[in-house]
Amino acid sequence: MAEPILKVENLKKYFPLKRGLLASLRGEPERFVHAVDGVNFEIYKQQVFALVGESGCGKSTTGRLIVKLLEPTDGKIYLEGQDVTEVRTKEEVLAYRRKVQMIFQDPFASLNPRFRIFDVLEEPLLIHGIGETRAEREELIYKALEMVKVTPPEDYVSRFPHMLSGGQRQRVAIARALILNPTFIVADEPVSMLDVSIRAEILELMKDLKDRMGVTYLYITHDLSTARYFADWIAVMYLGRIVEMGPAKRIIDNPLHPYTRALLAAVPEPKPERRNVIKELPIRGEVPSAVEIPPGCRFHPRCIYAQKGLCDVEQPKLVEYEHNHWAECHLVGKF
Amino acid sequence: MAKTVLEVKNLKMYYFTNKGVVKAVDDVSFDLKKGEVMGLAGESGCGKSSLGFTLLGMPTPPGKIVDGSIKVDGREIVGLPDDVLRKEVRWEKISMIFQGAMNALNPVFTVGYQMTEPLIYHKGMKQEEALDRAQKYLELVGLDPEVVYRYPHELSGGMKQRVIIAMALLMEPSVVIADEPTTALDVVVQAQIINLMKRLKKELGLSMIFITHDLSILAEISDKVAIMYAGKIVEIGDSEKIYYEPAHPYTQKLLAAIPRLHEDVEKLEFIPGQPPNLINPPKGCRFHPRCPYAMDVCREQEPELKEIDKDHYAACWLL
Repeated sequence: MAEPILKVENLKKYFPLKRGLLASLRGEPERFVHAVDGVNFEIYKQQVFALVGESGCGKSTTGRLIVKLLEPTDGKIYLEGQDVTEVRTKEEVLAYRRKVQMIFQDPFASLNPRFRIFDVLEEPLLIHGIGETRAEREELIYKALEMVKVTPPEDYVSRFPHMLSGGQRQRVAIARALILNPTFIVADEPVSMLDVSIRAEILELMKDLKDRMGVTYLYITHDLSTARYFADWIAVMYLGRIVEMGPAKRIIDNPLHPYTRALLAAVPEPKPERRNVIKELPIRGEVPSAVEIPPGCRFHPRCIYAQKGLCDVEQPKLVEYEHNHWAECHLVGKF
Repeated sequence: MAKTVLEVKNLKMYYFTNKGVVKAVDDVSFDLKKGEVMGLAGESGCGKSSLGFTLLGMPTPPGKIVDGSIKVDGREIVGLPDDVLRKEVRWEKISMIFQGAMNALNPVFTVGYQMTEPLIYHKGMKQEEALDRAQKYLELVGLDPEVVYRYPHELSGGMKQRVIIAMALLMEPSVVIADEPTTALDVVVQAQIINLMKRLKKELGLSMIFITHDLSILAEISDKVAIMYAGKIVEIGDSEKIYYEPAHPYTQKLLAAIPRLHEDVEKLEFIPGQPPNLINPPKGCRFHPRCPYAMDVCREQEPELKEIDKDHYAACWLL
């Protein structure tokens, strides 16, 4: 098999908690939020790899580590074989960002309200020194807008973001990411703020760009239905770790991990006959704090199958149970 | 036959802004029976939240009810003076779970204080009696009654949302309006809140209007569904009819835009363009500029809601 475009090895990110004066005088140990706690995955060319989980599971932090908006506490990230954690100087980071771009959740906040659409799209070109003359840059900007179907571009370049609809803004944000012709795009909840009909439009657009331009995506979402539709692979995260990973359809049709099952049971579906059925979710309690991670399997306090003496003591490993289908649970196949 | 708890006829609520009159709710009629949940769906800006506020007799300024009637338990509330509305209708007869209300809990007062305040001032209850009532309702929504002594920051998002639901039920209203009650919540918590609402519907015979843009969530709870577009109800009927035999092209397109969890969808459909400006809505059918089937008549004349099947109405010239 070909080399992966992106490879993440044992990635960790701990955020230190502020200690009060009293606590530091008492010499209490520093405490950390274990946002990402040992994550491994590989993404191949032209794949869409979805990171799915609830808020606080570390999916966005993983995305930010990959674009180098954050530096990892430990672990490695390789892009096309190059060790990203070694990328340090300004020039190196610049060259890296040209290959890896990000699309943010909120198109109302991610575009500078004082910039015209032309300026929004020219900025990355100027930063990366692409296009010698304004005319050259203009051509690239028009091409990018056409690619994301904000047409005709000449009608839009001199508008400000507030003059566009939510869907158009998100398309401009996508154009800004694409204009540098990146190999890899981190899309952090790109459709969760949008209306249903626009959501479909943006997903279709991203899918189309994947096919036409060979873009590879890390798709960060809490929504398993769009993940099934858009992604080839799904990795489910819980409290900073991947608990299950595999081809999208397999994860949804044959989930191995109890957490994945609970998440799937929680997804609402447009089937009105379900309205009179109250289906209890196979999960207990609420997500614990990422500061004090439960011992053993971190999911055990919420797991309805947890076994005393095993799950609360020993941390399970991510094991390949079927070809390409991984899960981190002691009890796979036993419940 | 169940009793009708809410009857809305030809309701019009316009916003009188500097730029012109925004027809946010334009000739809306429906009724709600006891124990029934009606879902209200549409894209942002279609007027669904405006309608929710209007039903409480408090359109957001500069909005005004221009015409029409709202009857709660048979009593006309349009035209009632503000103090009567406040004392006798709001919360007593019709209450609302506001969008994002869980973030509006006052951080410096206990949950119990915030829950009992209206009971003490409105109903003249003694503090102990009111606290008892609050605890009873907290239990009903699946919380420990001890939560009355807690401050909002001690509660998780799901717990806060339960408190908000308990508050809406406290005065035993005939109708509850829930505006996007699960939007800011995680999937698992969202499913738990929906389960709670299903249980309340079953156990208390709760009548509810559930407003959301998410047709998947709506299907989980609604007995009937109204689809709004540009200030008007374009289709209304039993849930099965709306989801499995949608008649209006707008409803059909909305449903085709939802990715399904257990089905392969080759290509999602989307509706080109965007909802119209409600100061100057298009002539004829308001959906015609985005409708793939638009004909000449659609551009000229506005279609009326007509019954196409038993209790299933749609406003479209194609039918």
